[in-house]
Amino acid sequence: MAFYRPARWQRPLALGLFAALVALPFVLEAFDQSFYIGFATRLLIFALAASSLNLVLGYGGMVSLGHAAFFGIGAYVAAICQQAGINEALFAFPAAMAVAGLFALAVGAVSLRTRGVYFIMITLAFAQMVYYLFISARAWGGDDGLPLAGRMTLAGFSLAGDRPLFFASLTALTVAMLLFGRLAQARFGRTLQAIRENETRMEALGYPVFRYRLVAFALGGAVAGLAGALLANLTGLASPNLLQWMQSGTLLVMVIIGGVGSLWGGVVGAAVLLGLEEALAGLTEHWHIVLGLLLLGVVLFAPRGVAALFGRRDG
Amino acid sequence: MTQLILEQALNGLQFGLMLFLLAAGLTLVFGIMDCINLAHGSLYMVGAYFVAAAAQAADSFWIGLAVGVAGAAVLGLLLEVALFRRLYRRDHLSQVLATFALILIANEAVRAIWGPAAIMLNPPEALAGPVAFPLFGEEFFYPAYRLVIIAVGLAVATLLYLLVAKSRVGMWVRAGAANREMTEALGVNVRALFTAVFVFGAALCALAGGLLGPLLAVQVGMGESVLILAFVVIIIGGIGSIRGALVGSLIVGTVDTLGRALLPTLLRATLPADAAATLGSALASILIYLLMAGILFFKPQGLFPARA
Repeated sequence: MAFYRPARWQRPLALGLFAALVALPFVLEAFDQSFYIGFATRLLIFALAASSLNLVLGYGGMVSLGHAAFFGIGAYVAAICQQAGINEALFAFPAAMAVAGLFALAVGAVSLRTRGVYFIMITLAFAQMVYYLFISARAWGGDDGLPLAGRMTLAGFSLAGDRPLFFASLTALTVAMLLFGRLAQARFGRTLQAIRENETRMEALGYPVFRYRLVAFALGGAVAGLAGALLANLTGLASPNLLQWMQSGTLLVMVIIGGVGSLWGGVVGAAVLLGLEEALAGLTEHWHIVLGLLLLGVVLFAPRGVAALFGRRDG
Repeated sequence: MTQLILEQALNGLQFGLMLFLLAAGLTLVFGIMDCINLAHGSLYMVGAYFVAAAAQAADSFWIGLAVGVAGAAVLGLLLEVALFRRLYRRDHLSQVLATFALILIANEAVRAIWGPAAIMLNPPEALAGPVAFPLFGEEFFYPAYRLVIIAVGLAVATLLYLLVAKSRVGMWVRAGAANREMTEALGVNVRALFTAVFVFGAALCALAGGLLGPLLAVQVGMGESVLILAFVVIIIGGIGSIRGALVGSLIVGTVDTLGRALLPTLLRATLPADAAATLGSALASILIYLLMAGILFFKPQGLFPARA
């Protein structure tokens, strides 16, 4: 893998996509299809979560199978804030990011001492611990999860209804993508990618390899926490299912399908996977089989991810 | 109290031995070919369904077990030849994606064939009741079927250990785990060896699934939770090491079972009942993960690293 370098056509395409997304709720409402605004919001939120994993996995080269922990913690922090009587997203969302980020910092501090398969498994172990902790915590709903009484308010405006949450999610994703795009080309991102390519060399050059990785890991966790808080608002529930390892697997699959280490990998992967789910579920009851076969096809025939099929994004 | 501890210790031993059947195949596939197989749990699930279906058709648990294990071995062979062979040279991410896809396919296929509800698998009638032992002048009861599982588990574990540690094929397997290129250069057909290991692993999965079937529910998704436990075992034991898998299985089986049974009681001595129940069950569920994180922190390669 080489350094990330944006293609020339990327900026106009991103601007076009952004404009289309801003117009989307109004178009859908005009055609009386407002159901799909909720679906689009879900897609944006998962794009955000997958992109945060892409920072860890794609740029950092850290195969984490525990990312759902940070995602789920974000959802629970939002729900717990509401339970405690704080209904303001301007407090709850940063709190979700802070808690998820700090937890990622702790997990990373232990896990990043290991390499390869052991790293995969230790991140998985931490995620399982979080899963079982929340399942046994009866004050937070245990098995059933912690429901939200209603959507939160953002700076005093309610997020209830299709449009407000859609635009909140779109804003979050846009800011995150701008940040990740800048980061990939900034010194931090360059160093991170160089560490992925040749750790020993970077170590020898005097870079604090461990600290760079840890910061990327914590940042990815924090952004995943934000995605979780948004999702809790969308579904009205912080569910322990969000913390399951299959959820980490799904996020990982999204990034791999989309293209590991290309800026848009997470977004493309989330769109492809959720879009396929939605389309296949309409066709057959047993759509998981079709989805599985398609994923096998991607592994065997498009190993660099779907994003790579549309031209190389890596220089 | 002694009765409870002894019963739970035996349960832990039985659980650990079943985990070993799963972990043995997984650790060899992992160790020799460096291939992450998330679908190993699906083989366990499909194997249990095979055994249950065959047992129902033949009206005999033991015939069902034999047919089911053979069926899972054939499935393993097909999977290895059709898919896994292409994955060995690929990176871990491709393996994760491909085997994740297999989980989706397996779960949905089972749901389509056998329906979403759990199906019953009855233990052989002769073993349905408990047996009694004298213990410090008292009677100690333990289910006969669980004793049989322990016996079968011990027999298979011993056989497997002898096979890997003492036989020529086992020597190739260990050599392959330690250094694949070198083993190939010495003229061992690692490819055929791996097919054999994979098929053997699939058969062991079905054996564990079939034996545990009467104790747990045979249902969709039963493979996912046990897969994670098997991974914990092989990480603790050291990837590629049969000895590590055996020690790891017994540790995980006993710690998990004893923790669940005793922690809430022990905590009740110091904490109020409600807090003790909550904290106890939470602590019991995460105990083995804490153990694994701790072991990895001090011995990043596991207890018995195969690549010394």
